[in-house]
Parts: sequence; structure tokens; C-alpha cells
Amino acid sequence: MKNEVNGSPVNDKIIRILAIESSCDETAASVVENGRKVLSNVISSQIDIHTLYGGVVPEIASRSHMERIDQVITKALEEAGMTLSDMDAVGVTYGPGLVGALLVGVAEAKAISFASGLPLIGVHHIEGHICANYIENPELEPPFACLVVSGGHTHLVMVKDYGEYEILGHTRDDAAGEAFDKVARAVGLGYPGGPKIDKTAREGNPDAIHFPRAKVAGSAYDFSFSGLKSAVLNYLNGAKMKGEEICVPDVAASFQKAVVDVLVDHAMAAAGEYHVKKLAIAGGVASNSALRSAMEDACNKRGITFYRPSPVLCTDNAAMIGSAAYYDYIRGIRSGFDLNAVPNLKLGER
Amino acid sequence: MLIMALDSSGVTATAAIATPEKIIAEYSVNNKLTHSQTLLPMLEEIRRMAGLEMKDVDAVALTGGPGSFTGLRIGSATAKGIALALQIPVISVPTLEAMAWNLIGREGLICPMMDARRGQVYTGIYRSRGTYMETVADQMAADAAEMAGRLNELGEKVTLLGDGADAYLDRLRETLTVPWEMAPVHLARPRAGAVAMCAFHYWEQGKAVNGSEHVPTYLRLSQAERVRAEKEHSDEQQ
Repeated sequence: MKNEVNGSPVNDKIIRILAIESSCDETAASVVENGRKVLSNVISSQIDIHTLYGGVVPEIASRSHMERIDQVITKALEEAGMTLSDMDAVGVTYGPGLVGALLVGVAEAKAISFASGLPLIGVHHIEGHICANYIENPELEPPFACLVVSGGHTHLVMVKDYGEYEILGHTRDDAAGEAFDKVARAVGLGYPGGPKIDKTAREGNPDAIHFPRAKVAGSAYDFSFSGLKSAVLNYLNGAKMKGEEICVPDVAASFQKAVVDVLVDHAMAAAGEYHVKKLAIAGGVASNSALRSAMEDACNKRGITFYRPSPVLCTDNAAMIGSAAYYDYIRGIRSGFDLNAVPNLKLGER
Repeated sequence: MLIMALDSSGVTATAAIATPEKIIAEYSVNNKLTHSQTLLPMLEEIRRMAGLEMKDVDAVALTGGPGSFTGLRIGSATAKGIALALQIPVISVPTLEAMAWNLIGREGLICPMMDARRGQVYTGIYRSRGTYMETVADQMAADAAEMAGRLNELGEKVTLLGDGADAYLDRLRETLTVPWEMAPVHLARPRAGAVAMCAFHYWEQGKAVNGSEHVPTYLRLSQAERVRAEKEHSDEQQ
């Protein structure tokens, strides 16, 4: 994704951020102008390496980030047609994520800030995912509700203002994307589970098997997916014992529908209670086609404007980090050279 | 020629600014603090104390491994980031050779040892040649007693240093038959001043690289790779 570097008249000063993301298995760098305009968005995925192991291996992820981070940053600057001297700040994901992976980006960003004199801004990864929605929707401003769903996270969040969040609900056990990975492995589709289930489910009947839609007692907006995962495993074992043939597309479609139903139900319940006019989705699972269409239908029925990023901005990327860093930058937020990676950083914490 | 040198490969975090003639500033902490939080503030502190601007720095030197995987990556990403921002080269020196440089000029063999966990040390054998270190045995991960056996075979007086020598002192005392001694305390841990001096020697040999090419030398596979290799090996044998 590359836009023209413009010379268009802007009243305010143009703020450009070099952003770096290395929280899991994508090494990414981006140049973002005024939080919304992406001048470059370079993502180097390690998925081929981790596929050999059936999932992300933290030590291998850390080593791979180390091997390619300079090249990714250099390419992001080159594609933007700029050098560090055109930047106003360096933004970097410092949590949550895999600590060893995060540390590569954090140490590199701190050193660039130190050597260049550019201010440093540590960014929350989930905040980045939420901000991905600003990039393609210039009109989107807080307040809005956002469902963040990925391999590591499932959060239902009220975005009250830039940088101001209220977490309405989160998962009590597995993240939605984690459930996709585990079920995909169980039915032999392999890693990564999300895209494989999505594709296979298109040939299946989503009502063929009824899997449970879990509710968490006492908290209307929390999620639980481990029961659903167990139900799928039980179904598979039961069918095997009885010698019945398993229709993988039906299992994939029925499982996916169970996940999507819960995500949409919770989001709509929150939308009703908080009188939400705008609802966004974000994170890797936000590129799931069934979730996108079900959420869009549900929003349309209630007159809620629905936002979702393009798939390239749903996956882990640095453009979203550049967007989040910009809104921190204009509010005067800066990080020190003692910035550390925080693997379990909570949204709204600093 | 001004070098900024750093080492965060083990328990020690150490940083220095040096020319071939002078260590302008040096800062070492041997206190198990989180290197990710301490290393950059240390570099900033010595830069300020030395009254230098970053644009005055001609190269970044670091210990490229072996060492703690995370520690190596903190050091490497820091060096790469500085080099990328200033468009200057990186000089990566072997961790153990840089430690041996603490004792340049000493008679006999020099054997640095870093605690490598799992009953091993990262170690190598060096000999001072006055202006440089000769590598007698290249750096490796080894059992401390096994290393003592190699030193016995070489049959020369040896000076040991590093936290690996401290950790396995009893075993070394039992096994070593050659004359040996421990390095003085003030020379027994990694020092960025020595990293810088070792790096000047590498620089003269034309061994500086572009930061993007630098990756740490781990000497060990990740656990997942090891398990996978073992499985493939046993599958082949069946």
C-alpha cells in the first residue's frame, strides 16, 4: 500500500512517524503521515518458518525479526521516498506480545531515536489494531465501539476518545484466533487456522452441527472459546468412535458460525446498551469473511455505521502503529530510553 | 576514529566510547538489571558525559555472540539501530575474544568462560600476541571439565576469567593439572573498553559490516529446532 507523497496545502504541520512492529511473527515498518495517510507499509511475514512447527515458536520469531528488521525499516523509508530526517518521531509496539519478539523492535526503535534525536513513542499493540480503522476511513472519529479479534486477543472496547478506552469485555480463556488455529489443527487443515477455516467453511453447511455459544456468567461482554473448542474435539472423537465420516467443510462452517454468532451478539448487545452509532472491527480475525458479512448485516439492521480495515491492515502491521503513535504524539506523549517490552500490557496502561 | 562499544550478552551490561588511543568513557553494571531498560540509558549517559554528539561516532562495536539469546538481541538491535540512523558500520567481535582482550599482554593462555546454563560454559582459548589476540581454540559451548582437559593437553599456564569460571571453579580446580590462576577482579568481567580495542583490531582487518548484515552468533539452535532435528535424525535411523 503506497500513496503519493503529497504537497497538498495543509494548515497544520505535517507529522510523519516511522513505525515499527515486531510483537509476534510479522516484522513490519511503515511511514504514516498525520495518523491517517500511509506512505509505506512493509510487512515481512515469518509464516513459512512457523508452519514447519504448527504454530509460532517464540525463539525462532525473535531470531527472524533480528535477521530482517533493518531491511524492513530501510524499505519502508525507501517506499515513502524519505529518510529519517523527514520523520518527526519513531513509534514502536512495546506490548502486548511475545517478549523476545517485542524486544527486537523496542531495542531497534530506541537506538534509532537515540542516534537520530527523534522522539520515541511506545505504542500498545491493540490500540494499533483499533487505529487501523482510521487509515481508510478519514471521517471516523471517536466515540465508537471496536471489536478486536486476533490470534492473541479478543476485546470489545469503547473508544471514548483518541487514546481513551474502556474495555467492555475480553476473553476468559482462548482468543478467537487461537480457537481457529486449534480447530484447524484438529480437522487436519493445518496452520494458520483462520484463513484455512474461512476458505473451507465456504463449502460447508454452517447449520450442519450445533456447537455451543458460550456465555460468561455475570459479565455480558466477556468471551469464552475453550468450551467451543472442546465441543468440536468431542464431536470429532465421537464421530471417529462410531466410525462416521467427518465432513470437514461442515465442521469448519459450523464452528465458524458459533464463533461469529457470539462475537456479533456481544457487539450488538453492547451497541444497544451504549447507544453506539459506529462500530469497527480490527485484528487478524477481522479479515474473516463470515465475521465481516455477519457484523455488517447486524449493523445495517440497527442503523449502525460499520467499519472494517482492508485485510492488509487487519493483520499485524506497522501502519496501524504509526496511526496510534501520531495521536499520542499530538497529545505530547513520549517514551524514555528505558522503555521496556511488556508482554502482558493492558489496554489503557502506560 | 571514534567507536561506541557495547556488550549485553551476559549478566554484565557495559558501554564505552573510545578512540584507538583512549577510552573516553566507560560504564559497566554487573547487577542483573534488565539490559533492555539499562543499556540505552547507559549509552546516553556516557555520550553526555563525554560531551559528544552522536554524529561524531564513526562505528558501533558490539559482542556478536555467543551469550544469552535475549541479551545478544538487545545488543544487536541497539547496534543496528544506531548504525542505521547514522549510516555507519557495525563491528561485531566474538564475545569470548573480547573478554580475552581484558588480559592483553598477559603471558600464557587466556581462557574466558561465560556461564551458558545447562551445565555448560561458552568459552575459547586465546594467546596475547602483544597487539592482538591469537585464537588458539575458537569459541564454543562446552562442559567446564572438558575445557580443563583441553587446557591440560596444551600444557601451558592459563588465566581464567568470567562468571563461568566462577560458577564451575570447584570442577576446574579438580581437573586442571597445568598452572592456572583467576584474573584479577577488575578484569574478570566483560568491559566495553576491551570490546572497543578488539573492534579497532577487527576494523584494521577490514571486518566491519553494514548493520543490516549483522546477526548474532548464538552457537546453539532454538529448542524447537533442536527437537525437530533430533526427531528427523531418529526417523532417518529407523
